[in-house]
Amino acid sequence: MKVLVPVKRVIDYNVKVRVKPDQTGVDLANVKMSMNPFDEIATEEAVRMKEKGVATEVIAVSIGPVQAQETIRTALAMGADRGILIQTDVDVDPLAVAKLLKAVIAEENPDLVVMGKQAIDGDNNAVGQMLAALLDWPQATFASKIEVADGKASVTREIDGGLQTLEVSLPAVITADLRLNEPRYASLPNIMKAKKKEIAIKTAADYGVDVASKLKVLKVTEPPKRSAGVKVENAAELVAKLKTEAGVL
Amino acid sequence: MAVLVVADHTNAALGEATAKTVAAAQKLGGDIDILVAGQGARPAADAAAKLAGVRKVLLAESDALGHQLAEAVTDTVVSLAGGYDAILIPATSAGKNYSPRIAAKLDVNQITDVIEVVSPDTFVRPIYAGNALETVQSSDAKKVITVRPTAFKPVADGGSAPVETVAAAPAAGREAGFVGEEVVKSDRPELAGAKIVVSGGRAMGSAEEFHRVIEPLADKLGAAVGASRAAVDAGYAPNDYQVGQTGKVVAPDLYIAVGISGAIQHLAGMKDSKVIVAINKDADAPIFQVADYGIVGDYKTVVPELMAALG
Ligand SMILES: Cc1cc2nc3c(=O)[nH]c(=O)nc-3n(C[C@H](O)[C@H](O)[C@H](O)COP(=O)(O)OP(=O)(O)OC[C@H]3O[C@@H](n4cnc5c(N)ncnc54)[C@H](O)[C@@H]3O)c2cc1C
Ligand SMILES: Nc1ncnc2c1ncn2[C@@H]1O[C@H](COP(=O)(O)O)[C@@H](O)[C@H]1O
Repeated sequence: MKVLVPVKRVIDYNVKVRVKPDQTGVDLANVKMSMNPFDEIATEEAVRMKEKGVATEVIAVSIGPVQAQETIRTALAMGADRGILIQTDVDVDPLAVAKLLKAVIAEENPDLVVMGKQAIDGDNNAVGQMLAALLDWPQATFASKIEVADGKASVTREIDGGLQTLEVSLPAVITADLRLNEPRYASLPNIMKAKKKEIAIKTAADYGVDVASKLKVLKVTEPPKRSAGVKVENAAELVAKLKTEAGVL
Repeated sequence: MAVLVVADHTNAALGEATAKTVAAAQKLGGDIDILVAGQGARPAADAAAKLAGVRKVLLAESDALGHQLAEAVTDTVVSLAGGYDAILIPATSAGKNYSPRIAAKLDVNQITDVIEVVSPDTFVRPIYAGNALETVQSSDAKKVITVRPTAFKPVADGGSAPVETVAAAPAAGREAGFVGEEVVKSDRPELAGAKIVVSGGRAMGSAEEFHRVIEPLADKLGAAVGASRAAVDAGYAPNDYQVGQTGKVVAPDLYIAVGISGAIQHLAGMKDSKVIVAINKDADAPIFQVADYGIVGDYKTVVPELMAALG
């Protein structure tokens, strides 16, 4: 079984984001970038499938600038076998990402796509569902458990009020939630080994996909700031203030 | 202009997010219809028909719709899409699951998590865990939009729209099959729409402690219970209690964070609350930077005192 894992290079989750004064976007100069945390979880899951003998090959795909090679290297160091970078300096929106991934899938014919539920920059939570739609494949989003056997995956999903279990016949798209697993740190020998693994470099034009967006960003602004309030001495004072000053009790 | 709102519901009842999404639809202007896609969902459809300002309610039923499976909901919405300029879907966990599938089938981008309708083609949405707000203009002929419910006041009851039955789209492609569900029914208010939320963090240290400390405080206040990711990951609280960037977004009148540090991912889910209270033993915890009222202290003494002060 061949597994495809799309991985996105995003601002590191620890970085405090700053909006540019000219309102054209957020400041990404000299900030730490990392693999999207949900994609680490997806990569971990795919690598575990390989270690269990369920998967035979794990391919990491990223769409982004030349530096997104580092993100693919991270996946390779975790245990993915090879990578594909679709290099572009455009901020590709979810529908175009899904179209590019569909084109990669037409060439690679994977049995399963495991990916993050959400990229923590755009917070769209969309590409997985869009990809499943374009392929007419079944989808199982927000997975907290995946079991693959006999050409099917049983997926436990996080829903309101609890958990839902779906069965999807392969090929299918599954998106990872936080509780799916705890991603490993790549060991030094594996980081060294990853340097020798192959990364194919492509462009969007190679796949015939137009990455120009129909969503135009007019401006990016700071959200209204909340200022720190007061520290109160004890619970009695708190309750009094909530009743009289804040009027919420 | 005609807008289709896809209802958030549990078949037996309409979710509060629906009335809030109708409010967003009113900002777009034009006629508003609501689709209730479910099974045995007549009660939800009747509730939707009572919302003010709705032209009609469409009720589609099948087994797959009963579980709101993404493939089935998508095919039904797409079969109706021809009659609408915009499709609005509440950004609940169910809506987030099927909405992008609908958008891709219609070959348009989804406009995600809209918090403000500037004009029928221009919207504001949070990005980077709410640390920036993006104003986007869509040139797609048909718009597929998810609406952040906390950003809109629900429309009132008082309408009496007709309920029309429409066909559920037949299974066309390859679809996921429903196996089972483990859903816990709670008597507490729904987290996403509650007036008061009490959330516990990693400081609780165990599920027993979470039950012992957080739940009685919530019950005394008639509040919903929330949690940080750390508390959920450690198994102190169920998954759907997680408040934050990648969990639930809440905006109650009062949010009480107990033993939560205030990581940006957590703040993303609660910083639009009207009043925030933080109880934390570390005076430098970032949560105090957004809290209106803070108590620096051990929750083990502060929470019992708070229970007593509430009487
Ligand atoms: C991709 C991604 C998505 C994420 N999404 C979310 C999300 O949606 N929601 C979310 O919450 N987090 C999310 N996180 C995690 C987030 O970064 C933090 O790790 C998490 O919020 C921390 O939880 P906490 O505040 O309970 O724990 P900690 O940060 O460990 O804080 C515990 C706090 O309790 C205090 N404390 C300890 N003992 C006591 C005591 N006896 N009395 C009083 N106070 C005490 C400490 O001073 C400390 O401030 C996400 C992270 C990533 C990478
Ligand atoms: N540029 C990209 N390159 C590779 N994968 C991506 C890219 N953008 C999104 N994805 C994948 O799609 C998932 C959901 O992203 P989004 O819908 O943008 O929140 C991510 O977790 C990734 O797995």
